[in-house]
Amino acid sequence: MGNIIEFENVSFRYEADEEGQVLPLAVKNVTLGIEEGSFVAVLGHNGSGKSTFAKLTNAINIPESGKVTVNGLDTADENNTDEIRRTVGMVFQNPDNQIVATIVEDDVAFGPENLGVEPAEIRKRVDDALKAVNMYEFRNSEPYKLSGGQKQRVAIAGVIAMQTSCIVLDEPTAMLDPNGRKEVLATIKRLNRERAITVVLVTHFMDEAVEADRVVVIDNGEVYMDGTPREVFSRADELIAVGLDVPQATQLAKALNAEGIDIRTDILNEEECIRAVLELLKE
Amino acid sequence: MVRDITIGQYYPGKSLLHKMDPRVKIVLTLVFIVVIFLCKNFWSLGLMAAFLFGGICISGVPVKMLLKSLKAILLIIFITALLNLFYATGGKTLLDLGFAKITDKGVYTAIFMTVRISCLITGSSLMTYTTTPTMLTDAIERLLSPLKVFHIQVHTLAMMMTLALRFIPTLIEEIDKIMNAQKARGADLESGNIIDRAKALVPILVPLFVSSFRRAYELAFAMECRCYTGGNNRTRMKQMKLSLLDFGFVLGAAALLAGVILLNHFFVKLI
Repeated sequence: MGNIIEFENVSFRYEADEEGQVLPLAVKNVTLGIEEGSFVAVLGHNGSGKSTFAKLTNAINIPESGKVTVNGLDTADENNTDEIRRTVGMVFQNPDNQIVATIVEDDVAFGPENLGVEPAEIRKRVDDALKAVNMYEFRNSEPYKLSGGQKQRVAIAGVIAMQTSCIVLDEPTAMLDPNGRKEVLATIKRLNRERAITVVLVTHFMDEAVEADRVVVIDNGEVYMDGTPREVFSRADELIAVGLDVPQATQLAKALNAEGIDIRTDILNEEECIRAVLELLKE
Repeated sequence: MVRDITIGQYYPGKSLLHKMDPRVKIVLTLVFIVVIFLCKNFWSLGLMAAFLFGGICISGVPVKMLLKSLKAILLIIFITALLNLFYATGGKTLLDLGFAKITDKGVYTAIFMTVRISCLITGSSLMTYTTTPTMLTDAIERLLSPLKVFHIQVHTLAMMMTLALRFIPTLIEEIDKIMNAQKARGADLESGNIIDRAKALVPILVPLFVSSFRRAYELAFAMECRCYTGGNNRTRMKQMKLSLLDFGFVLGAAALLAGVILLNHFFVKLI
């Protein structure tokens, strides 16, 4: 399948502050493509430029140089903005600041209403989207009575109801408790698998990145690593060098390896780690 | 404390009043208020009160809740009654206090005014008890839509109202957090005179404003991402349709108006 989002030599910097000081580039010479239907995690520590990267994908940020295209449409052309935002939906970090209506189903309907969809069709899409994120029974609730994870799932439903083919999530779990994080991550994975929605998950949690098909590590505005989770996390030293962690299981395997124990170092999660250790013990 | 605040004062239910089209409900409430002021004697006012009582029975809203909304304006009712008691002229003198006289007409007027204001408040709170804030703003948007002719952005106004309603609980929670944070650093919010306490509010309001602006900024981004471009070419999921029920209520209101005019005509005017 082709690429849905295409970055060609993209650089971006934020506007100068009041003192007129020119800010450094937030994103530097990024060239990459997001394949349709894939699940890509974008990793980076705070201030690495990963959020800026996310906002370049749907024409919130317009590149200073280079080109971003969504399904072949240039984000720099204002006439394309509407079409691009119908293709790439976005979910932000703070669930409270992206819910518009006082009732869950009204909020999910907000996107399709803006697109001018027929009322009966909106109803169908809203019900379908709420079922897809397992929030159907909360359709008449007030958003402020929901937990963070539930609010974030409502926000995701709002994007699904617009029937975008790609969802970009900008640290959707950063403000959630562990349970909320699990709920949201499971929802994202399911949408990617069952509905073939392209997912770009911007995060700084390693255990979330492990779930993706592909991990792109961004540091200092540049693509630092790009590969499958196994490839990326087996290079633990390089990750630590740019201020990132590796999953605990990988860390453990590394430490054991350093002590001279012959264990694989491309372990990603606890289950694999347990299996590898058990095998070692059998020997 | 923050968790159980209600926005507006909606009382959930499935009564006929709940099912009435909110546009019709708003218009009929306005009509009700006007008709109450058309009442000239106890007979017509009694008819209105009886209708209102019928409405309360249909709605299923507990009388206790309606009385609560009356409690807020008890003082106003009391002062109005008192003024009318002394200032009404004419009629038989019941009690002469020297500086003022209480006449039978004064007593009647005082009672009349009390009933009138009570009906007024109960009637309009009955509307807010049976309509969700969302439905109210939607209905207001639709009722005011003819103003578009005068280039008044009705949709923008309605959107502002919706967003304000949406953010009330969020901001209350935020105030709670900021207050706790300031208290934890030794801020004294409760003691001192009024000026001291007003000054103590500054360290709460400043962070609140800053965070509200940040929220507004993020919200604007999120709305843009969901293709919001204002009211043009927008559809609505929830359509409002007039039903037979609404016509029934309108007919009822018309009958009420006719009744009030007749009763005004056939019985002695009080005011």
